[in-house]
Amino acid sequence: MSDQTHVPAGHDLAPGEEEQHSVGTRILGYVVGLALALLLTATSFFIAGTDLVWQPSIPVALIVLAIAQMGVHLVFFLHITTGPDNTNNVLALAFGLLVVFLVVGGTVWIMAHLNANMPPMDQIMRMQ
Amino acid sequence: MAMTATADHARADPHQIGVVVEHPGPAPKRIVTAYGFWVFLLSDIVMFSCFFAAYAVLSGQTAGGPKGAEIFEQRNVAIETVCLLLSSFTCGMASIAADVRNRFWFYLGMTVTCVLGLIFLAIEFREFADLVARGYGPSRSAFLTAFFSLVGCHGLHVSAGVLWLLTMMAQVFAKGFRADVLRRMMCFALFWHALDIIWVGVFSVVYLLGGAP
Repeated sequence: MSDQTHVPAGHDLAPGEEEQHSVGTRILGYVVGLALALLLTATSFFIAGTDLVWQPSIPVALIVLAIAQMGVHLVFFLHITTGPDNTNNVLALAFGLLVVFLVVGGTVWIMAHLNANMPPMDQIMRMQ
Repeated sequence: MAMTATADHARADPHQIGVVVEHPGPAPKRIVTAYGFWVFLLSDIVMFSCFFAAYAVLSGQTAGGPKGAEIFEQRNVAIETVCLLLSSFTCGMASIAADVRNRFWFYLGMTVTCVLGLIFLAIEFREFADLVARGYGPSRSAFLTAFFSLVGCHGLHVSAGVLWLLTMMAQVFAKGFRADVLRRMMCFALFWHALDIIWVGVFSVVYLLGGAP
């Protein structure tokens, strides 16, 4: 029993709420977040217009950079952490992400297949 | 005594994971409110994901109209992005000021956030008006329909956010930093940061991916 850690209840954090820090630490968190976000944004805009990298890698790079930046926003601006006081918030977020990936991924997947299996338009017109 | 304490621990830690959580009752209102709003925001993001899916499917269906690369101006998008990022930062400063009940920094942070939001809306409105004037309105092609509905929906959210922001300033002016006003301020900050997250998706998918030649 001695290895048990006591988590005082009622210390769940509301989404967007931080643990008790001094004002300076909190401002520093936002500054770091802003710097990282600006850096990732600048990289995205640079990658989109450059000839320096292998062209087919650009869409993948843009998506990875976008997901990374969303993560930065979640951590530094919305203060979503993996701590035990944040479990509810993270679980709700995880469910939201599941639905988002099902909707976007499923749509793109199905519609690409439909497109590939469809005869050209003039052929459909001739069949009628 | 030791026996009861052990029994209590066993009940409080039913899964034997070494973490004891005591449940004193319902969570404070601040947590309940913010959590409910968080669930709303996630459902809002799910709604946006449908617009994103539609755009991803329709972005090539230009029906002889303009392609993304012909109508998007990256410089404008970059300015819009910087505006929203900075406004997210100043919104964070305003919520810190609200927590320490500093009226001056609260008003300053909210005013800057408002101005940056309005600059964003002005640039977006000019872009839309320019496209419609050139005959590239939402009815021109499926691509433009998807573009206008996704970006326009985000713009409507930002407009609603600006109205909410002004309401919060007025409420703090009239009522001070009361508990209920602070709860609303927390929800507003969540809303504004979430809009910024959606904009990251918009500029990456719509303007940078969709604007590729």
